[in-house]
Amino acid sequence: MVTLVKPENMVFSRPQAFTETSTHYCPGCTHGTAHRLIAETLMEMNIVDRTIGVAPVGCSVFAYNYFDTDFVEAAHGRAPAMATGIKRVLPDRCVFTYQGDGDLASIGMAEIMHAAGRGENITVIFLNNAIYGMTGGQMAPTTLPGQRTTSSPNGRDVELSGFPLRMSEMIAKMDGASYVVRRSLHDPANIRKAKKAIRTAFETQMRGLGFSMVELLSTCPTNWGINPVDSCQWVEDHMIPVYPLGDYKISLSVGDLRL
Amino acid sequence: MAKELIKGNVAMAEAAIRAGLEAYFGYPITPQTEVLEHLAKRMPELGRAFVQAESEVAAINMVYGAACTGVRVMTSSSSPGVSLMQEGLSYIAGTEVPAVMINVMRGGPGLGNIAPAQSDYHQAVRGGGHGDYHPIVLAPASVQEAIDLTVLSFDLAEKYRNLVFVLADGSVGQMMEPAELPEMRPVVRQDYDWAIRGRGENSRPKRILTSIYINPLDEEIANLRMLNTWYQIKQNEIRFKEYYLDDAEYLVVGFGTAGRVALSAVRKFRANGVKVGLLRPITVSPFPDEILSLLAGRMKGILVVEMSQGQMLDDVLIAVGRQSPVHFYGRPGGVVPFPEDVEREINRMIVSDSKLVTDPRKAWLDRALAKI
Repeated sequence: MVTLVKPENMVFSRPQAFTETSTHYCPGCTHGTAHRLIAETLMEMNIVDRTIGVAPVGCSVFAYNYFDTDFVEAAHGRAPAMATGIKRVLPDRCVFTYQGDGDLASIGMAEIMHAAGRGENITVIFLNNAIYGMTGGQMAPTTLPGQRTTSSPNGRDVELSGFPLRMSEMIAKMDGASYVVRRSLHDPANIRKAKKAIRTAFETQMRGLGFSMVELLSTCPTNWGINPVDSCQWVEDHMIPVYPLGDYKISLSVGDLRL
Repeated sequence: MAKELIKGNVAMAEAAIRAGLEAYFGYPITPQTEVLEHLAKRMPELGRAFVQAESEVAAINMVYGAACTGVRVMTSSSSPGVSLMQEGLSYIAGTEVPAVMINVMRGGPGLGNIAPAQSDYHQAVRGGGHGDYHPIVLAPASVQEAIDLTVLSFDLAEKYRNLVFVLADGSVGQMMEPAELPEMRPVVRQDYDWAIRGRGENSRPKRILTSIYINPLDEEIANLRMLNTWYQIKQNEIRFKEYYLDDAEYLVVGFGTAGRVALSAVRKFRANGVKVGLLRPITVSPFPDEILSLLAGRMKGILVVEMSQGQMLDDVLIAVGRQSPVHFYGRPGGVVPFPEDVEREINRMIVSDSKLVTDPRKAWLDRALAKI
């Protein structure tokens, strides 16, 4: 390969915490951004060799191919339980789950709530794109009222299918949760804030301060049927009003962290 | 160590600890709960992992996670709880990691009852979850055997990277009898080349443990590899107890508590000089089909006794074929047979004059219905 950029001029490259494998994600999807933020964080904290990831069922089912860390692949929704099993026997390792909204907020509701309730010392990266991606765009518990999906073809009817679930707000109410925040990946400024939150979440775990979760509002241009640029705008216009960004739980000890 | 009077569930829990159990994840359900309760006290005081999970679904997925790290890990439950665990068990099988589950069976289907039963036989020996896989299934008939088989279960799980079930029933779990626990083994973390523990200080290449093979040709290879392992298990690990088989003309087959009750009946016939023997499978999976097939050729009759509608009966029929008549006696729904019941059935077999029985389960059902 011809090197076009001299090493001294290189300002951006693939993080070493990634493998060489190209991702399978659709163009414009924010999974790649979220992956990169995690990889950078693990490198900055120098914990790549101590990290064990737990992949979900959903679009990010193959996340284990992209991170250069040990990885396991959980059953649908069970990642927090699997992470619990790992963390309890290897308490000095960094154990994180990476889950979508179908995985975490629907089929995995019991596992995530109880992991948080126990104050399980793990980190959860929760991607909320308000739809089931891998199976082709069905309604999720997080789907917005009126949002069209293949299983709510006339738009989510709250009389019929109920209301969106706000996971960060619910989990923040629990004594076991130490750090619960919602960020978004729809523009550079918010991506920078998301990165800082991910760092805080992993620091929370590595200092033994308890359960941490970062919810990341994400795009799904393919299943939303909106182009990537407009998808980012759609997050701002439609998702953020339903899922306000912010810090929902910062325990006293996490609040004292100076990063 | 000296014998002590000990309850089956407590004995299995303590045996697991002494075999080096490093992590336990479970959920309360009768008649198994003493396993959970004993470990709730003992595991933390030994500095080992114990979590009472929010459900059996979560418990088995915690087991799955810990199993991926290559430590000795176990759960325990009873029939309805084991049904909930089938998802995780299938994933554990598909990932080829070692794990142990104790099922203290109770009456079913559905919520059933909390009395001893053997009606999860098919679920256990045929796998229970989705996909092709074969668990090793060990069936104790006494508290001592429950201890010994619990210890063995961890060795077998690790040796073959396979699921091992201890298939007890409510009476083995709840009864107290004198038994000897093993010495405490030190906890040893084997340095497996597959275990997920982080890449470590030397930054070894990453490892992935998964049950997904998105390319069907890869999944096919994984299936063939697992089946090949299963044939090694079949070759090396079949276990059974035989009683009075050398000169037997009639054979009784039963496992666990049903086998133990049948033994009392067999002994009574032997005291009267009637040549009846008993085969009690210890591994109901892999099933001792070869020995059964060999024995069948010289038997005037074979009686299968189970606390179910006749599940192991199917495996006996496969092994025996048309070599000799097979009869069945079952007590499903949480009822434990008395030795006198089995004596009556052995008598029935003897007087039936070696005629082949077309459908032994139906013949038994008709007799049972007539009594209601």
